[in-house]
Amino acid sequence: MKRDVENWAKPVGKLQSTDVAGAINANVQGKRVSGALQGFGRMYQKTFRVKLAGVPATPREVVRTWKDRYPEFWPKGNRFYAPTAGIAPGEVGLINASLPGTPTMATGVLVVYADDESFTFMTPEGHPFAGWITFSAYDDGGTTVAQVQEFIRASDPLWELGMATFIGRKQNRIWIDTLSNMAAHFGLHGAEVEKEIVVVDRKRQWAHAKNVWHNAGVRSGLYAMGAPLRMIRRRSR
Amino acid sequence: MEQTKTDMDARVLDERVSAIDVRGDVTAASEGALMDAYNRASGPRTGSVILNFSGLDYMNSGGIGLLVTLLVRAKRQKQRLLASGLNDHYRQILELTRLDEAIEIFPTEDEAVAAARGR
Repeated sequence: MKRDVENWAKPVGKLQSTDVAGAINANVQGKRVSGALQGFGRMYQKTFRVKLAGVPATPREVVRTWKDRYPEFWPKGNRFYAPTAGIAPGEVGLINASLPGTPTMATGVLVVYADDESFTFMTPEGHPFAGWITFSAYDDGGTTVAQVQEFIRASDPLWELGMATFIGRKQNRIWIDTLSNMAAHFGLHGAEVEKEIVVVDRKRQWAHAKNVWHNAGVRSGLYAMGAPLRMIRRRSR
Repeated sequence: MEQTKTDMDARVLDERVSAIDVRGDVTAASEGALMDAYNRASGPRTGSVILNFSGLDYMNSGGIGLLVTLLVRAKRQKQRLLASGLNDHYRQILELTRLDEAIEIFPTEDEAVAAARGR
């Protein structure tokens, strides 16, 4: 048996999401996962890293802590609801994110890969971007470095427009804050987070413009508008 | 950190078709070896590059990112990327990550070569 077999999720046709107390569980159930090849916009490789200078934790210890406390490291205004079985291959996490002037945007991720030194999420259709996000830690000359690396395209033309403006900046901010919060957890306050953004493919994939049908922002808006109707239905039961 | 053992060989089968033997581990650390092999495999008239994975021992998510980068480079050169020799496990990974929608998969290199040559 190959030594990476246990690290990968099995192929999934459509995602199955489970309700979590307090979370809006929408735009995940029944969706397919989307890689960077299925997205619309320019393809980016974004890397964020923080050197945990003076922190005695090994890469494995950092990743173990990251998996266990993942939601706690997210910045305020955004919630990640970890799978009940934890961050493990095949598990689905829910995301409720705030975008200025809009209802809470509900989406999620599938954990496609996890080992002792890294784990990777893949996004569902409709998520602001299509692709993979890998969280890892490694040793750099005796210092543990924690890293977030995205391989992504905006999912559809609406998200591409947003990516070029505030959503792209907000997305970068999430990972900068996450790494800062994690460094602070290990006692390192005010650590500098390095950012490196590379455009891997400048071309937009117009054949995938139809992804807009799944747009989680639009669908979350419709979901919010339907809230009174759902309340009436619940009361009448 | 685990050491990456990667071994990539480039073979030019004819002026239109080349193959890369992917052996050992494919991780983000394999980038130099894979891109070097691709440069050796890719000539001015190369239309198809076959990745022969029969010697693949290990691949993590960094390896998937690497295959995507290679795919983008091949697309820019208007080349097809084909894969052969994948066992069930690695075929499932390509299916999971939906790379199988962009990389054509064949059981053997002979079948991939025949497809690349339009037979």
